[in-house]
This record gives sequence, structure tokens and C-alpha cells, in this order.
Amino acid sequence: MGNYLYTSMVSASEIMRGMADVTHNLANASTTGFRADLSMFKSLTLPGAINGGGAPKFERVGVDTSFGALQNTGVDLDVAVSGDGWIAVEATGGGEAYTRRGDLRLDSTGQLTNGAGQAIIGDGGPLAIPPHTKMEIAADGTISIQPLGQGPDTVAVVGRIKLVSLDSEALYKSRDGLLRLKDGATAEEDANISLVSGSLEASNVNTISTMVKMIELQRSYETQIKMMKTAADNDRASAELMKMN
Amino acid sequence: MQESLWIAKTGLDAQQTRMATISNNLANVSTAGYKRGRAVFEDLLYQNLRQVGAQSSQDTELPSGLMQGTGVRVVATEKLFTQGNLETTENALDVAIEGKGFIQVLLPDGTISYTRDGSMALDSDGQLVSSNGYPIEPSITIPQDSQSITIGSDGIVSVLAPGDTTPSQVGTLQLADFVNPAGLQAIGKNLYLESGSSGNPQTGNPGLNGLGSIMQGYIESSNVNVVEELVSMIETQRAYEMNSKAISTTDQMLQYISNNL
Repeated sequence: MGNYLYTSMVSASEIMRGMADVTHNLANASTTGFRADLSMFKSLTLPGAINGGGAPKFERVGVDTSFGALQNTGVDLDVAVSGDGWIAVEATGGGEAYTRRGDLRLDSTGQLTNGAGQAIIGDGGPLAIPPHTKMEIAADGTISIQPLGQGPDTVAVVGRIKLVSLDSEALYKSRDGLLRLKDGATAEEDANISLVSGSLEASNVNTISTMVKMIELQRSYETQIKMMKTAADNDRASAELMKMN
Repeated sequence: MQESLWIAKTGLDAQQTRMATISNNLANVSTAGYKRGRAVFEDLLYQNLRQVGAQSSQDTELPSGLMQGTGVRVVATEKLFTQGNLETTENALDVAIEGKGFIQVLLPDGTISYTRDGSMALDSDGQLVSSNGYPIEPSITIPQDSQSITIGSDGIVSVLAPGDTTPSQVGTLQLADFVNPAGLQAIGKNLYLESGSSGNPQTGNPGLNGLGSIMQGYIESSNVNVVEELVSMIETQRAYEMNSKAISTTDQMLQYISNNL
């Protein structure tokens, strides 16, 4: 039996991996600030094999850093990052990671977190907001409050959300879905990044191209199955030749 | 069997929850004091199948790894406490809170619940009760023969007794506020309960310490924005369709292999 049977088999199973990736992007088409995963197939060559081996290997190459649609919500604590920037958050288990999701909220202790519960990092660690009457997030991430029991003439600055710009080449998405720098370093604050308050950034999954990709995967999967069928047919034909009548 | 089937299923589940939240918002578009809900999504954990940056040989590293996403989940359906519009009703027992704060309502089991719905009424003893008949905390009783009831912006309730020329005070309507109102537990009937994530209630007189002021003769309407809900509904429907398309595509692929091999 030809080894192209195995090549097709590996191809088919790697295509199924690709399907899982495409489906994951589609499932997150409405997750606030989600960045789509980019993937590709890489050819595997086996030196010495007659046909070179040739089975593809599915690999995740990175994240799509293009912008998602801006949704106006009118909620004070909803912010969207304008331009090519990221919000620094504290990952579960410590360490700084980056995200685009800006559906901020306060927990019972006054800690500022996002919708997924990750603490937002300010100038000196996670931001905690004291009791207040009104809270304002400025375009540069500065948070000012009117402290509880004080008049509108008293405004206190409690900190500034750490906004960074990252090189998309140096990024990777970690298991918790947050972005980190490949070398494990933490990024420096960038004063040029700004926030738009009262808006959220939607997921950047392009549903149309994702659907097209899904069709493409389906068809190439069928081609692989056809190849496997051909291999089986050819094998049967050679067995047929050997048969004594 | 196939992970893409299960991943697409998480997408369908999430969109279903979102649709339920939108329907609930639309159903409560004319409920006084109703605060709209929003479904919050997050991506599920990634499976690390091939570590990025691992050694591909002694001197070289893998430039990219294989991390498989596993879908989406609904983290919360949060309430958005933005101010609703104030509608005038001319009813002396209707109050709206302009700003932060909740009216405290005593439940039959003795716990205190919180509401933004200020359409109050009197029971047979003259006690001030919420629209579902639960007493307002602290309890305020209006004398039987009162000519008029006035509720000031600072919550002071005064009544005019027959024959008197100046009104007399019968109590103060107090408000409670929380660090994180979005963390309150909604129990229906326009009521919320204190929860672990809302923080403890800070009670006080309206207009002081950051609490909102009371406006008599108004009620706060629902803060649901119908247009926004309809747009979200279209988005939800399409996302649902695409996820179900992903299921049918995977299904066709599996069908193809079982029919052709």
C-alpha cells in the first residue's frame, strides 16, 4: 500500500485541527476585545522518502492584531483602546499580560477589573479605586474621582491605567487567552496610546473570511478522503492482479 | 468526538444566553426602575499542544507553537446601572432617584432588598410600601387624615394634617449605595440583594455622601435602549447561524469520511 495513504491520513487529521481553530474564532465572534488566532499549514518533508513525505502540519502562527468594531454603549466604565495599544492586566497567578478588552468594573473591594475578572494594572500595580461619587476615565487612562462626601470642587487623581504598545511580532497568546511578550518581559508604558470611554471594542474575528476558510478546509478534507479511497482502490487492484484463478 | 463540534456548541450556548438576555431586556422595556443586562463572554482556556519557543534542536527554537482554543463561555450577565429617563407621573408617592443609590425594601423573610423602582403605595395601616406591597425601610407611616404628602429631595417625608398650616415631618426616606452595584444579585420583582461582590450597603440621606437626590412625582423608566437591543439581536442571530454552520460543516466532513472509506 502506497505511503500516500498515510500522507492523506495525516493531512485529514491536521485539517480537522484547523477546523477546531476556525470554530474557536467563530465561537468568539462576540467576545469583547477578542483577537482572532491566525494559523497556517506547514509542509513536513521527510528527506529520503520517495515523494518527500509531504504531509502538512497545522500551526498557530500568532494573533490577528487588526481592530474590531467600536460599539457605543454609553456606560462610563466601558473603554476601548484607540489605535495600536493594549491594556495591562494582572494575569491569574501573577505576572503582567495584555488585552484589548475594556469592559471595566469595580469589585467589592474597589479593585478595578475587566469583564473576565483580571485586575487592571496602573502606575504601581493593580488599581484600587477609593469610595467615590463620580469616577472619570480620561483619554490617556488617568482615573480621577470625586471622593465620597466631598463636593464637586474636590477631584482626586487615583492612578493611570497602564497602556502599552507592543510589537505584534513579539506577541503570543498564552493559555488564558491573554497576550504576553515572547521573551517574558513587561512592556513600558506608552503615552501615545489613548482610550475612548463609553465604548467597547468588539471581537476582530472576520466572520465572512472565517466561513470561507471553513469551506476551504471542508473541501480539502474531502480531497484527502478521496485520496485515501484511491489508495485503497489501487491496493485492491494490485491484490486482484496477484489472484490466481 | 471531534473538538470542533464541541467548540461550536459552546458558541451556540453563549449566543443562546445572550439572546435570552436581550429578550429579557426587551420584555422589560417599560418596567419602572429596570436596569438592562448584558452577557459578558470570555474565551475558554487554550490547550497547549506544542510549546512556542521550545527547542527544535540544540540551537534553534520553534518560532510558533500550537495552542488550540476550546471555545467561549458566558462569565456573567451583568446589570448596567446607568440612569433611566425620568417620567413625570404627578403621583405624590412616586419617587425617582437622580444619581446613585437604592431604596431599601423589607422582604417578608426579614432581609433587606434594594430597588430603583420608586413607585410606592400605602397599605391599610398607612405604611409606605413598594409596588409589590413590601414595607420600605426605615418604615414610614402616613397618618390617616393627611391632606397631602411631600417628599423632599433630601428624602424628608412631611404631611399636612387637617387644620394645620405647616406640614409636619413623619420620617426620612433613606437610600443605600454599594461599591459595585453591578455585583448585586437580581431576584426579580425589581429587587436586588446584597452579594459578596457588591460590597456592604452604605446607607444615608439622599443628596449626601454621593447618594442621589429624590424627585417626587417622577418614576425612573427602564434604561433599555430598544435600538441597541435590536442591533444586538441581529448580531446574535448571525453569530448563532455561523456557529451552527460550523457544526453542520464538521458533520458533513465526518459523514463524508464514513460514507467514502
